[in-house]
Amino acid sequence: MSQALPSSAPDPLIRLIGVTKRFGSGEAAFQALKGVDLDIMAGDFMAVMGPSGSGKSTTMNILGCLDVPTTGSFLFRGHHIESLGRDQRALLRRRYLGFVFQGFNLLSRTTALENVELPLLYRGDDKRARRTAALAALDQVGLVDWASHTPSELSGGQQQRVAIARAIVTHPDVLLADEPTGNLDSERSLEIMELLTRLNRDRGITVLMVTHEAEMAAFARTVVHFRDGLVERVTTGALAA
Amino acid sequence: MTDAAAPPPPGRASTARLVGTTVLLALRAIRRHLLRSILTVLGIVIGVFAVVTIVTLGKGATESTRQQISSLGANILTVLPGQANGRGGGGQTPPPFKFEDLDAIRGQVAGVTAVAPQAQSSATAVHNAANWATTVNGTTDAYLDAQDWKIEDGRRFTDAEEQAGKSVCLMGSTVKQNLYPNEAPVGSTLRLGNVSCTVIGTLATRGAGGFGQDNDDTVLMPIKAVQRRFTGNRDIRAIIVSADPAYDSADVQESIAKLLRERRNITGGKLDDFTIFDSRQIADTLSGITNILTGIVGAVAAISLLVGGIGIMNIMLVSVTERTREIGIRLAIGAVAREVMLQFLVEAVVLSCLGGLIGLVLALIASLGLTAALNVPFVFDPWTNLMAFLFSGLIGVVFGYFPARRAAALNPIDALRYE
Repeated sequence: MSQALPSSAPDPLIRLIGVTKRFGSGEAAFQALKGVDLDIMAGDFMAVMGPSGSGKSTTMNILGCLDVPTTGSFLFRGHHIESLGRDQRALLRRRYLGFVFQGFNLLSRTTALENVELPLLYRGDDKRARRTAALAALDQVGLVDWASHTPSELSGGQQQRVAIARAIVTHPDVLLADEPTGNLDSERSLEIMELLTRLNRDRGITVLMVTHEAEMAAFARTVVHFRDGLVERVTTGALAA
Repeated sequence: MTDAAAPPPPGRASTARLVGTTVLLALRAIRRHLLRSILTVLGIVIGVFAVVTIVTLGKGATESTRQQISSLGANILTVLPGQANGRGGGGQTPPPFKFEDLDAIRGQVAGVTAVAPQAQSSATAVHNAANWATTVNGTTDAYLDAQDWKIEDGRRFTDAEEQAGKSVCLMGSTVKQNLYPNEAPVGSTLRLGNVSCTVIGTLATRGAGGFGQDNDDTVLMPIKAVQRRFTGNRDIRAIIVSADPAYDSADVQESIAKLLRERRNITGGKLDDFTIFDSRQIADTLSGITNILTGIVGAVAAISLLVGGIGIMNIMLVSVTERTREIGIRLAIGAVAREVMLQFLVEAVVLSCLGGLIGLVLALIASLGLTAALNVPFVFDPWTNLMAFLFSGLIGVVFGYFPARRAAALNPIDALRYE
């Protein structure tokens, strides 16, 4: 799909224009992104695919405000945020973004409820508000009965659902999932994908998901293929994957 | 969601809320690593414990010295012939005091409550088959007032006995224990060397003096009896003066010195041929020595606090490395660098303060036990305890800062990837 938009279309939630990323300098320099243009519409479910070294992880890091582009523009809700400082990006993540990782990344020896409460702690919610919101988020992922269990007492699929609950507890606009099913068997993977689909459909959360598996990408509405630091192609709807 | 008018960057988190949150996070982290937390603060615990225990014991020892010296009688001036330092005067023995000197002090110096002469001799006391080597102190009734002796049994000297130099005696409790294990001494006859005397009373126990001597190992007799039967002269070896607490003992001392200079013809640049010791000055000197020793030992103990601080820094650095992933997670979900830094700093401070508290409690227990065992009074000094606690907190700040800054400087992407 081309980046040229019909004039009647709404503005994209996220817009990357000519984004490049260079790591290192001199001889050892590595050009990870060579000019990425990408529009992500609000409410989209986008799968990001591509071989390793293609630039998909770098792009995700930039989209997740964990990293900044070397050149190019990054617009979020129409605002330029490519030159924001470290702390401003952190506040942006806190307010608008949720993260789900391949390795779950829950705090060990900490209950599911406390893990889910963590982002609210940084937002400064009081104890009662944190508890209510965290239990609601755990309910959304079907684990409200497991609130007092620590990660070591939960299966991989359950841990990933706790991680998703932690990502959505702040009602983010965008959920960034980095190979969320990479550590799970196919049955659990399907559960996670169904959960992400439901959150996308029912709560309108924009989901950006890196995956290697076409089977998982099939859940997405849009699939972006990366190759050699560039967007190779974008497919939509039934044509996806 | 498509409403582009909503501005993306929200405001900053409030610092007050942040501290409350980070204390909570720190307590959670400490609870999660309980054993390691205990081991981490062990250095601080031992440091605070050592410093506070030593200082408390030192203060107890100082207080004990004061009490023992004041047990000799509050504010006693002892006047001796000769000079305190060196001999001077070309080897000529300074003249002894006379009874007239005592009368003059009593009559002309303000702030004097009792004046007593002293003449001493050592003698072997014999009763029945037992004998005991002791000191015979020749003096007057005023001596009992000046040094605050209490009569346990019997009575004091009468004027008539003093004037006549009668062979009567008052007995210290050490002598009594050794010679009269099973009978009341009052009324019996005691032989002191070649002299027989009648025991008219016994003295209440006073215990050891400030220099470790046994105050109770003595027999008191009228001074005239001692002069006639033991020393063979009319010399007064010392004058004991007790000063009124309402007067400055230094003033009283100076008045006595002035009077004695006059009476002993010391004029111009001649050196005094007598010395006046002030019990309060001695007490102050001894306390000063104890304070210096306490300070030195306390400083050595304070080094263990420093070592404890380095221990905290070490463990916090390990902790930051080990929890790199956790820091990555916190950063990813939106913690700002300041919050991560504050979390680790607060964790270090909370840890070291907990260590300080534990150390204070242990020091309190040990001080109570040791002061009881060493027979010195327990003096709780809130200032020492507060300073030790604040210092342990300060150590947390100082040694927690570097690890905390390292944690805050982590790149979230690398931190999340850290294995």
